[in-house]
Amino acid sequence: MAETTAHAAVHHAPPQGFIRKYIFSIDHKVIGIQYTTLSLVAAFIGMVLSWAMRIHLAWPNAHIPILGWLSPNGAPGGVMTPEYYLSLMTMHGTIMAFFVLTAAPMAGYGNFMLPIQVGAADMAFPRLNMASFWVTFIGFLLACATFFIPDGPPLSGWTAYAPLSAVGSVAGPGQGWGQNLWGLSIALFCVASLLGSLNFIVTTLDLRTKGMKLSRMALSTWAWFINAWVSLLAFAVLLPTCLLLVLDRLAGTSFFIPGGLVFNDQLQPHSGGSPLLFQHLFWFFGHPEVYIIILPAFGIVSHIMPTFIRKPLVGGWKVITFAEIAVGTLSFVVWGHHMFVSGMSPYMAMVFSVPTLFITIPSVIAVLVWVFSLYGANIRFDTPLLYSLGFISLFITGGIGGFFLAQPSTDSYLHATSFVVGHFHFTMGLSAIFATFAGFYYWFPKMFGRMLNEKLGKLHFWLSFIGVYCVFITMQLTGMTGAVRRYSALVDDFMVPLLPAYRFMTIAALLLGAAQLIFLYNAIWSRFKGPKAPDNPWGATTLEWDTTSPPPFDNFGGRQLIVYHGPMQYDGEKSEMQTSPAPSIAGT
Amino acid sequence: MATTIPEPPRISDRLRDYSGNGGKNWIPAAGNARVLQDRRFNPAQTGIWVALAAITMSFAALTSALVVRQGVSVGWGHITLPPILFSNTFVLLASSVTLEFARRRVTSYARGIESNKAVPMGWLAATLFLGLLFIAGQYTAWLQLKSQGLYLATNTNSSFFYLFTGVHAAHILGGLLGLVYVMSKLHRSVLRRSTFAACAQYWHFMDALWLYLLLLLWTRI
Ligand code: HEM
Ligand SMILES: [Cu+2]
Repeated sequence: MAETTAHAAVHHAPPQGFIRKYIFSIDHKVIGIQYTTLSLVAAFIGMVLSWAMRIHLAWPNAHIPILGWLSPNGAPGGVMTPEYYLSLMTMHGTIMAFFVLTAAPMAGYGNFMLPIQVGAADMAFPRLNMASFWVTFIGFLLACATFFIPDGPPLSGWTAYAPLSAVGSVAGPGQGWGQNLWGLSIALFCVASLLGSLNFIVTTLDLRTKGMKLSRMALSTWAWFINAWVSLLAFAVLLPTCLLLVLDRLAGTSFFIPGGLVFNDQLQPHSGGSPLLFQHLFWFFGHPEVYIIILPAFGIVSHIMPTFIRKPLVGGWKVITFAEIAVGTLSFVVWGHHMFVSGMSPYMAMVFSVPTLFITIPSVIAVLVWVFSLYGANIRFDTPLLYSLGFISLFITGGIGGFFLAQPSTDSYLHATSFVVGHFHFTMGLSAIFATFAGFYYWFPKMFGRMLNEKLGKLHFWLSFIGVYCVFITMQLTGMTGAVRRYSALVDDFMVPLLPAYRFMTIAALLLGAAQLIFLYNAIWSRFKGPKAPDNPWGATTLEWDTTSPPPFDNFGGRQLIVYHGPMQYDGEKSEMQTSPAPSIAGT
Repeated sequence: MATTIPEPPRISDRLRDYSGNGGKNWIPAAGNARVLQDRRFNPAQTGIWVALAAITMSFAALTSALVVRQGVSVGWGHITLPPILFSNTFVLLASSVTLEFARRRVTSYARGIESNKAVPMGWLAATLFLGLLFIAGQYTAWLQLKSQGLYLATNTNSSFFYLFTGVHAAHILGGLLGLVYVMSKLHRSVLRRSTFAACAQYWHFMDALWLYLLLLLWTRI
């Protein structure tokens, strides 16, 4: 009967053959690793782009031969033009924000861990899951392809403000096919994110194992689940926005292009469109997007910390989870704070300033939960914990900048300075990267069955931590003096004295990049030569540690798990697996 | 400290599926659809609800784009909607009705009351036909606008008209694929009721969405 087959937990049979197993795989674990690898490659490309920009900022006449080869027009003789600087900046932002920060902590780790953490054999829709990865992959290829077309990548920034992004090649190099490819790439990314979010939500709702009540879910699962909702609703807005942009570009409509617009002495054949409309639509997606990037980081850190401080988080699962829900919800009503000086009505600026100050409340609550949980704890300073603490530090530092940006009066000075750039690299960029590293050091043993080298891990942490502060604190300080964002050179008189600070940032950024080689070496060496990982090397309690490292194809080798309590059963050295009915520890 | 006795899992087994895959690969014994039993929580239906949430959000974004764009534009004209849209609306509504008939027949077939697969199949085919008719009707509406010289880029009204009807038609095409999928499952006697329900949920939603869009186009464009 159907019933009996069902209870034997039959799933799709293990695939045979290299292609089905490792390339077009429908196994969520393989897909998770594919996403993580894609992000790693993307992060490397994004980092190299940032080096090129920084070198140009510090030594405007420096020759970078590879650029001359890549784009004879954009960087004749290896010295980049201001336009090409903007192209590099656009692709740095696009690749980092979408293909690294949105992809790795959510689609990468989430795919691998979420089904295991809820006790399921796979995602709810494995084929759809495979489709999301491959669509993301094509989107990434399209983004990279912009470097190899004659005009090079677009120069309108990761926010692609219209009308610059909407009018076509007359607006500058890269605004022809480069911007078209960009639009297509992001549209594909939207589709993939929508499919991925759908899978995450349905898996969490419908596939939890026996006893896995919502209150007993791992905190990372909670964050991915909340984030899947935010991501679903936000990418559902970016997708039609891309559609409108592409129609303006290719079909001659005027959604975003106003009448009487002249580019390069040519009157544009459009009328009546609204550039502000684009900004509203973009930021309606864009602000949630920054939280889409940071919520998985919240989850990863909250998930990792109890294991290494050997006690539950203050407030149990509830406080941190409700803070995340509040952040996710509020993130949909603050978008206008990116538009204070856009020409929007000043009354609207007030309307957006208030919720922006409100959203700091749940963010601060989350930070306090992490910090207070350390109090009186018996801390184990392993690399995953170091990276979690690093995350908290960076997040606080960046968040403080947010208070000044949230007020229209101070923001009209700070807007479009490198203060904003420093702010979002702290809060979003590097915070999320640190949480991603925390997850990497924590889950590597589970994903690959080998341990990473702890000494190299700690070295990597300290160099990165110091490097990040050197670069981005300096960036915020120069921003406060008025250093303009998105300029390829120190053109204004008042900016020229900043040159030493610019050189300092460039050198720090190069060293910071070099420190990542330690990570790369550690990851590759340990993958093949590292000591074999036990099933539960950290003494953790959640379900992913209740199976072999790496887990078998169906995750638990046919076992039907029963969950008896929440994930934070820690009491000093003692801990209790979620599947063990033992009553010895009162945790949460 | 008081010792807490862990509560035993409280969720009743009858209502939950713990197969780890939503029971989606339960193989009906000997291809017999009648022994398939559905669970209360099934990924297909949940998935469609979630997808509908995203679709709602997209159309809300497009609607607000229309409102903002109309607000800033000078001399917002008015275009008369092609009359075929109204008769077409009835075609789409009728397809929802035939789909509900199909649901009844599928249920009685699965329960063994009805022995003939052809009857539910017929209703599904009728739904499919009406869906295609609707697409053809929308296409005619576009042709009628074109003959008045109103193209996608002619003015904002026409841009939004083509945008809304086009995106909606694309979603209807997706629904038609869903119907074909359901029919092929029924043909092989492996149709689960949840698959049908998911498809129907989507189809009725597209119907309601069209009513909303018609109202929007009628009042705004
Ligand atoms: C403490 C709470 C925060 C407040 C009050 C805040 C406020 C702001 C404001 C007002 C701006 C606009 C500045 C301008 O363009 O002039 C801004 C920019 C930005 N913020 Fe935040 N922020 C906060 C936290 C965060 C977090 C947690 C993230 C990411 C996870 C983030 C990411 C960004 C990004 C990416 C931008 C700039 C986008 C761009 O223009 O390219 N912020 N923030
Ligand atoms: Cu924001």
